[in-house]
Amino acid sequence: MQQKDYASQIHRCFRCGYCKFPTDYSSFNCPSYRRFRFDSYSTGGRLWLIYAWLKGEIEWSEHFAEILYTCTTCKNCTEQCPMKFAPDIVDWIVGARSDMVEKGKIPPRVARFFEAVYGYGNPFKQLRSDRAAWANGTKKYAAGDEYLLYVGCLGSYDENGQKMARSLVDILNASGISFGILGEEEECCGNEIYMLGETGLFQNLVEKNCQKFKELGVRKIVTLSPHAYNTMKNNYPAFGGSFELCHYTQLLNDLIEKNKIKPSRAKAKVTYHDPCFLGRYNNIYDEPRQILQSIPGIELVEMERNRRDAFCCGGGSGNFVTDLLAGSADSPARVRAREAYETGADTLAVACPSCLTMLTDAVKAEDLDDKLAVKDISQILEELLSAK
Amino acid sequence: MSDVYEALQKIVGEDYVSNRAEERYFYGRDPGLMPPHEPDYVVMPKTTEEVQEIIKLANREKVPVTPKGGGLALTGLVIPLKGGIVMDMKRMDRILEVNEKARYVVVEAGVTHGALKSYLQKHHPHLRHSIPDSPPIATIVANAVIHGQGRLSQQHGFNSDMVSGLEVVLPTGELCRIGSCSVSSYWFSKGAPLPDLSGLFLGWFGTTGIITKLGMKLYPCKKIRDVMLFLTDKVDLVPEVIRKLAHTEMVEDIVVTAQPIPLRFKGNFYILPFITGDLEEEIEFKKKMAWQALMVYFESRDGGFVSVTPDMKPSLLAMPSKDTTRFADVSKGGGFEYSGPIAPIDKYPAYLEKLEELASKYKLFYSSAARVIDGGHSMMFSFSYTFNRANPDEMKRAKVALDEAAEFALEEDGVIWKPNINEQQMVMERMDPNTLMLMKKVKQLLDPNGIMNPGNWEVK
Repeated sequence: MQQKDYASQIHRCFRCGYCKFPTDYSSFNCPSYRRFRFDSYSTGGRLWLIYAWLKGEIEWSEHFAEILYTCTTCKNCTEQCPMKFAPDIVDWIVGARSDMVEKGKIPPRVARFFEAVYGYGNPFKQLRSDRAAWANGTKKYAAGDEYLLYVGCLGSYDENGQKMARSLVDILNASGISFGILGEEEECCGNEIYMLGETGLFQNLVEKNCQKFKELGVRKIVTLSPHAYNTMKNNYPAFGGSFELCHYTQLLNDLIEKNKIKPSRAKAKVTYHDPCFLGRYNNIYDEPRQILQSIPGIELVEMERNRRDAFCCGGGSGNFVTDLLAGSADSPARVRAREAYETGADTLAVACPSCLTMLTDAVKAEDLDDKLAVKDISQILEELLSAK
Repeated sequence: MSDVYEALQKIVGEDYVSNRAEERYFYGRDPGLMPPHEPDYVVMPKTTEEVQEIIKLANREKVPVTPKGGGLALTGLVIPLKGGIVMDMKRMDRILEVNEKARYVVVEAGVTHGALKSYLQKHHPHLRHSIPDSPPIATIVANAVIHGQGRLSQQHGFNSDMVSGLEVVLPTGELCRIGSCSVSSYWFSKGAPLPDLSGLFLGWFGTTGIITKLGMKLYPCKKIRDVMLFLTDKVDLVPEVIRKLAHTEMVEDIVVTAQPIPLRFKGNFYILPFITGDLEEEIEFKKKMAWQALMVYFESRDGGFVSVTPDMKPSLLAMPSKDTTRFADVSKGGGFEYSGPIAPIDKYPAYLEKLEELASKYKLFYSSAARVIDGGHSMMFSFSYTFNRANPDEMKRAKVALDEAAEFALEEDGVIWKPNINEQQMVMERMDPNTLMLMKKVKQLLDPNGIMNPGNWEVK
């Protein structure tokens, strides 16, 4: 973690603008720059403004805070920046956010996000007792189960996330593997809390989760969300939480390869949207595609921007709740929905509950909902198992 | 002034105008060493009509207007010296036409070099344009306005020489077409056979109008592109090596680099001829011609070609060049700037000596990447120094070194490229008085209220 060093390093940005692009320079790939178009909303703009703030050349303002928090931490800048410090950029932004949090100077929407997680254990202010309302009798994790299925806040409370979670549970049940959930005992994973800069709350969540996992003897965790996968894989070990992690697409791909689940024939033209926390953060690009390609009758077509160049849906860093990039045809999810539609696909497949919600809403806003279905890979697969 | 803000909102919509401190801060400076000055407003038009409305408003209210593309000139040309409006052109991002047979493209003012490169590769893979070494966010229009150079400048001159037509909003708001497009529906020529009025706008840094559309010549994109590397430690030979290479008429681009680290670079001059062709035989023939042209130095042991290893090629052949940008972080300071005189190629040794002298005097890290222009009629020599943004003393030393470099370049009969406002005054002090008078008349005629990027090319 380079957060603490950010103040001594952040002057190194030349504001060259490579961070705005995908690899082929065909369009703008920074979600907040694409949305607002002022250079101040690009990574270079953000880093220069943070440096100005540290030097006292600009005062804190709500607008400044919003500029900082419209970054979805999608890591496109990290991919494209030509400088040696490129891997540290997101940590610098998170570091500046941490300083803002310590000073109590954050946008009201972000403050409400923190308050909700503090008070309710989730960003939606939903009751803890309702955390397993989606589960429909899904077995709780017990000693001896091979996997803990970590569902996360979106899977527990968001309507689209719940559908996704139910689909995944059905598939896992059909595969015969042993697994269980935590139900109302599950805590927020903390990925968004970390990215938003609330390090104290993040540490608290990690410690609670790790303690719970250890008490239950959990060794293997499969996550519904790439966000949870990311933080548990990359941040938890620093707090003593080392578990065998996999994202559900990795597990399902493995089950398909071992013939433990076998989807029936479909007829669909599908394009796949890479979630940032699966792709750029964890280099998982192939497994979701392999699942789709394993389904007979599915034609997989790629969007122009894919894999490490995929355009973020705009939901990262808690923006699926704070929604700081919304309200325009240039909102990232709407741009992405149009890009998906341009492929000629009839289905936009995702592998993340945040992307599922962002893109479902975007497709409606673009009036494409009768032309382009947004489905999670678990939903696509579950429908075909049911058909069987 | 709040009336101006509201009027701008009405023209472009409230999402695309700002008078907030953060935008004013960012748009009030560039990555170079010129002092900042903040605009009162930043505005981002989408259409030519919006540009016209903004200019008419600015005339009514006598508010300065500074147009901005990528903002990468490094010499403060988009810093609004007298406040007012910075007009960020990058929302005008449509590629309007590619004429395959006449080989030109028509773009809006905000189209970036990156976007055009990508578009041509995808839709017209046998055509290319002259890509500068600046980052891909540099716009086609701004680069032409500052007489930028690119990968085809050795063959075809400055990027502004490749312009094939303009659409301009004059400082009084009228819309004007320049070149063949003023008569015909084709954008094949910026001047001939008409009176060439493009000179009223190219090189003026937006002080005589705002270019809203631009035609740019395209060139064959050959299937194969390669690079050779000629090494010599004798600086006095460099001009003749360049002349001999240019004489072959076989090379696309010639770049000469000099820098003190890594240590193997110190005291050596790397001359890079870039070769293109559709057949391997063509490439081999061109390489052979280059070899033959420089054989004399191999025989005298004054220099020779060295192999370009496969790991070196991708970065040398990259367009744009990320290595050029990386220079800013060589000393982990985030800054570099260069003074880039355009000069005859025989000035190379004198400039190189001065580059090193100033680096030693002011304790700066230096580099130079000189590019040959137009078959060797001239070259752009760069006095490049890095600086650390967190070290005000080093920034001051770098600025003084660049000022001295500019002074020296002029003394040595060079002409400063994209000069900052101080350098513009130095240039104009040396300029023929009647030329200066003509510039003053042109400016007064076109921009009677003096609203366009004031402070630049300002004849006292």
